[in-house]
Amino acid sequence: MSGIPHDHYEPSTGGEKWLHKRLPIVGLMYDTLMLPTPKNLNWMWIWGIVLTFCLALQIITGVVLAMHYTPHVDQAFASIEHIMRNVNGGAMLRYLHMNGASLFFVAVYAHIFRGLYYGSYKAPREITWIIGMLIYLLMMGTAFMGYVLPWGQMSFWGATVITGLFGAIPFVGESIQTWLLGGPAVDNATLNRFFSLHYLMPFIIAGLVIVHIWAFHTTGNNNPTGVEVRRTSKADAEKDTLPFWPYFVIKDLFALAVILVVFFAVVGFMPNYLGHPDNYIEANPLVTPAHIVPEWYFLPFYAILRAFDSEVWVVIAANFLTGGIVDAKFFGVLAMFGSIAVMALAPWLDTSSVRSGRYRPMFKWWFWLFVVNFFVLMWVGAMPAEGIYPYIALIGSTYWFAYFLVILPLLGVLEKPLPQPDTIEDDYKTNYGKSSTNAGAPAATPAE
Amino acid sequence: MSNAEHHEGTRRDFLYYATAGAGAVATGAAVWPLVNQMNPSADVLALSSIRVDVSGVSEGSQITVKWLGKPVFIRRRTPVEIEAARNVDLSDLPDQVARNANIEESADATDENRALDETGEWLVQMGVCTHLGCVPLGNAGDYTVDSGVGGWFCPCHGSHYDTSGRIRKGPAPENLPVPPAEFVDETTILLG
Repeated sequence: MSGIPHDHYEPSTGGEKWLHKRLPIVGLMYDTLMLPTPKNLNWMWIWGIVLTFCLALQIITGVVLAMHYTPHVDQAFASIEHIMRNVNGGAMLRYLHMNGASLFFVAVYAHIFRGLYYGSYKAPREITWIIGMLIYLLMMGTAFMGYVLPWGQMSFWGATVITGLFGAIPFVGESIQTWLLGGPAVDNATLNRFFSLHYLMPFIIAGLVIVHIWAFHTTGNNNPTGVEVRRTSKADAEKDTLPFWPYFVIKDLFALAVILVVFFAVVGFMPNYLGHPDNYIEANPLVTPAHIVPEWYFLPFYAILRAFDSEVWVVIAANFLTGGIVDAKFFGVLAMFGSIAVMALAPWLDTSSVRSGRYRPMFKWWFWLFVVNFFVLMWVGAMPAEGIYPYIALIGSTYWFAYFLVILPLLGVLEKPLPQPDTIEDDYKTNYGKSSTNAGAPAATPAE
Repeated sequence: MSNAEHHEGTRRDFLYYATAGAGAVATGAAVWPLVNQMNPSADVLALSSIRVDVSGVSEGSQITVKWLGKPVFIRRRTPVEIEAARNVDLSDLPDQVARNANIEESADATDENRALDETGEWLVQMGVCTHLGCVPLGNAGDYTVDSGVGGWFCPCHGSHYDTSGRIRKGPAPENLPVPPAEFVDETTILLG
């Protein structure tokens, strides 16, 4: 399956041969697990396993929570309390599911930033990147709908604000919003369909995860040098790689264990730290909480949504040029979805021929500024839209778009990259080789 | 295998197009009910109008009632609020349309065009911010008069509405809409 030359599964016993002729499933699993993996992968390559674990955790805890939850406006809030107080181990299951969503997003952001730094999105891995962005969008949809289910104040008003985004679409917005909600406002019909879709979407994500893995098993993993595994012969490929099992499986599971220590500390000792107290007040359509804040993982995009009000010149220009069709509200919605769209287009916006940020001296600074900017946006997203905060949000949003639309295209032309190692083996020997005394010299030639 | 030389079409071509056509029609016929089931159901559509007793509403106070799943503000304004609302130049308004369902669509956003009665004592409007649908807070924001009376402020994204419910500042694009409303007797307002 993989393009990197390696040993394939050979059925040995009579039983294996019998099965292999009829269904080559053992061979598929063998090739998947024994995938030649660049041996210089660092600790930023463990997030895939963490994400897979999160998906499994969310599906398993979610399926059992659904056995006790009632998707009706009169009973949803009470059924959550029923889970918390009466169901055996219910509080633990719910806290695992709640905080599992947060771990899921921690891991996906680390995974995305890893890809952005090491140029994992570049050819030939564009499809992997695009599928990843689709998974990320579905994750956001699933998390949003899941947050509505407890039917607390934040659930209700979060749902109102986010479905209101669709109402901003010119001409057809209101019909779409009514269609999504199943009525003029968020109500029982909305809760019911969100429950149905919240249950469905993780399985679509699971399907896309298989496609995601299939795609990068075809191209091979990227690695910290961005240099491709040699495919000239099996012997060459083996100098650059190690099989996924057992080397990387054990490494990834070790990292997962360390992360789960922190995760269970949060679940056990501060399970509501990342939530909002307002969501323990039952939904009330007549009272808006003083301060509607989405979950932390949506905050950067919430900040972008709010940044563009009618006093920003681009909004005024867009309004004028479209004859009033694009108003401040619709502009904010376009900016929010656009911020993810430009990220998905990174493979085509980044013009540099060098894949890894390690060998891009100017890119590094812009990249780390992008990461800092992400956290700044996250912070202003949680602040009220008053005083200095809208300006910070506007600067941060501008940088987000500039990074993808201006900086990445220009750097490829302006930047003089550092020399890259010829092979992964060279890089490995430089950094981990026993005889190596001058670690850090990237062009060190191996003796053999 | 190739039918390229049979320009007039063959039985196989006919079956191919007939099957593809029937498949497309059947798919469309199957998808539409699946989409349409998400539109408001009959019981939701049936909730159309309600009567509100406003005899208990004193001057300078406001009640909030739920109509079509959304809050409606019914406010009995003080003379100061009315004066503030009527002393606004139309050109100062970001949205210069009345947004009143009881009068013609193109009417100006003067306070006279938004208030329920001629004196302007009663103001009935949807309590739904035209930005993203939060419920604005009463007696709040930059357009209150008399130290904190009148005006609305949406806490979600900072939209300020004046004492006539017109958008003055912030991301919301439109004035708070006035729903179909009328006095059916001295103390009862019919909504819808």
